[in-house]
Amino acid sequence: MSTANRETPRPAAGRAGIKKELPERFKDYRHVWVFIELERGQVHPVSFELLGEGRKLADKLQVQLAGVVLGPPGEAIGSAVAEAFAYGADLVYIVEAPLLADYRNEPFTKAMTDLVDTHKPEILLLGATTLGRDLAGSVATTLQTGLTADCTELDVDTDGSLAATRPTFGGSLLCTIYTLNYRPQMATVRPRVMPMPQRADKPVGRVIRQKLSAAEDEIVTKVLGFLPDNQSAKANLAYADVVVAGGLGLGAAENLQLVKNLARAIGAEHGCSRPLVQKGWMPADRQIGQTGKTIRPKLYIAAGISGAIQHRVGVEGADLIVAINTDPNAPIFDFAHLGIVTDAIRFLPALTEAFTRRLSPHSRDKLAS
Amino acid sequence: MHIVICIKQVPDSAQIRVHPVTNTIMRQGVPTIINPYDLFALEEALRLRDAYGGEVTVLTMGPPMAEDALRKALGYGADRAVLLTDRYFAGSDTLATSFALSQAIAKVGETFGTPDIVFTGKQTIDGDTAQVGPGIAKRLDLLQLTYVAKIASVDLDAREIKVERRSEGGTQMLKSRLPCLITMLEGTNEIRRGSLKDALCAARTRVLKWSAADAGIEDLTKCGLRGSPTVVKRVFAPTARAEKAVQIDTAEKILRDIADELIAAIFTRQPALEHELAFNGGA
Ligand SMILES: Cc1cc2nc3c(=O)[nH]c(=O)nc-3n(C[C@H](O)[C@H](O)[C@H](O)COP(=O)(O)OP(=O)(O)OC[C@H]3O[C@@H](n4cnc5c(N)ncnc54)[C@H](O)[C@@H]3O)c2cc1C
Repeated sequence: MSTANRETPRPAAGRAGIKKELPERFKDYRHVWVFIELERGQVHPVSFELLGEGRKLADKLQVQLAGVVLGPPGEAIGSAVAEAFAYGADLVYIVEAPLLADYRNEPFTKAMTDLVDTHKPEILLLGATTLGRDLAGSVATTLQTGLTADCTELDVDTDGSLAATRPTFGGSLLCTIYTLNYRPQMATVRPRVMPMPQRADKPVGRVIRQKLSAAEDEIVTKVLGFLPDNQSAKANLAYADVVVAGGLGLGAAENLQLVKNLARAIGAEHGCSRPLVQKGWMPADRQIGQTGKTIRPKLYIAAGISGAIQHRVGVEGADLIVAINTDPNAPIFDFAHLGIVTDAIRFLPALTEAFTRRLSPHSRDKLAS
Repeated sequence: MHIVICIKQVPDSAQIRVHPVTNTIMRQGVPTIINPYDLFALEEALRLRDAYGGEVTVLTMGPPMAEDALRKALGYGADRAVLLTDRYFAGSDTLATSFALSQAIAKVGETFGTPDIVFTGKQTIDGDTAQVGPGIAKRLDLLQLTYVAKIASVDLDAREIKVERRSEGGTQMLKSRLPCLITMLEGTNEIRRGSLKDALCAARTRVLKWSAADAGIEDLTKCGLRGSPTVVKRVFAPTARAEKAVQIDTAEKILRDIADELIAAIFTRQPALEHELAFNGGA
């Protein structure tokens, strides 16, 4: 009745809701905005990916691309703004206030909705991170507009509407969603789905500042502390250049050591398919796929993974996919580039050894020079 | 303490098949389950009730058959179940869904006592949006705590709650106030086996079925397709890649040779990688 049923295909013509009849009050909404996610002084790379995508949309619509930076006074804002210009923004909106130091829903929602109400963008894009999704849901509800989550493709339709494509039914289908009669048209995009754009040394653009009409004592939720992920345990799968992952085919939790050994030998991150997380063999932040991380490495090695659609959608962006599987008909061979039909438990140690052999003279050269 | 938890009945998407010609979903015979993420929220709600006393009301919006999901939730130990069902809700997107659910929660509050906490799961496995929770919070003006990994403490007298919330690169410790809305992260607890007593209670408990009017919803333009700003225009299957993997033959070869051959193939396709890996690895 809610989201699931509506995604069932239905004819596009003859539906009242599907016709574009933009109300008068939305007619002056213009320009594409990208939320520049700044948390604890760091810009999340998904923001740059979105600027790359936003640039294309803005060019098609012949409008400007703006970044939105919300944060506490300090250097971080300045460098976030500079980066936004370098990645293609024409202008940047800044709301600078001490109460935007740590992410909290209340002041961020207020800052964002105030900006939208004042400057009226037609498209607003956010990263589908924990912060971006938390914020996007509140902002869209406050503005009573449409929001399409976790898009994998964005485009502009012939009538200028945002066409947001996202996977549905566990990735087995894609659907294209429009927000025809409301503004802004909002969408979130997962990290690593869009390629990183070229960084240009662009002259600085226009900056527009807005004050936040809220004070700390009006904000109920307080941040008591922040515990960063332990450096050693922290998975940085989304931005790793090389990823080695294991699946249920490895048979037992201890065999995951073989995946970790190979990963260590080639300086890769290790990950897994979902059943391993469900069995408690690996932590959830190492899961790759639709309900886990989307990755875009230069090399992905999957050992004992069947390649179900929900796994596939998370790895399709990899430049080179290597699969090791005993079953020559496993679906993973339909999208892998190189395949080995063999027992991963026996093959992984041989591969680790061969990599080490092949790479070690180089590493010695490196050390010597 | 009164806790309301929103759950959703979803098709077990692992078993969904797409019709090869028409590209439509073949739902026949696909079993339904409680959205797996909601079970973590349900368990957390039950734990809080067991610790502090009070009641857990489980709420879902869906077709009449969604009653099954509520029955299951009662079997786990929920005290009361409300099924919000009406043809006016058909075709709701997340904005319309959060509207209907928030109205029903308000009605549950009027009828059975204002909730101290409203729970939802992190997201659903069919819609996958993670938007309904924040939508409900905004509409009911509840403080919003998403991606909560742990509820550290609840002080009912001071109306205060402390939680650990997952964020990029770490965990936030937050202090907030009741009432609030919490979306619960997966893997934080494990759903209990319902006891025999719960099963007996569940069998005796009537699922309340509310129409839009029963839930006090007057503005039907905010429901269903009409209340949904987003419109699905096109559904299609992802394009398959034409070529299949080059499979390296493992017959009659020793693993060492196969490994060398694979590595050679990798570096032929990605020459720059060799230098990079040598630099990164070899530790
Ligand atoms: C809503 C939903 C979301 C999901 N999200 C995700 C997700 O994000 N990520 C994800 O990965 N999955 C996800 N799944 C699960 C997905 O559908 C598959 O069940 C899962 O990916 C299968 O994992 P697997 O390939 O490791 O295991 P299996 O499907 O069991 O496959 C194991 C493979 O290993 C091979 N094998 C067996 N022994 C060996 C051996 N000795 N050496 C080499 N190969 C061997 C087998 O031939 C087989 O192909 C999701 C499912 C649902 C319903």
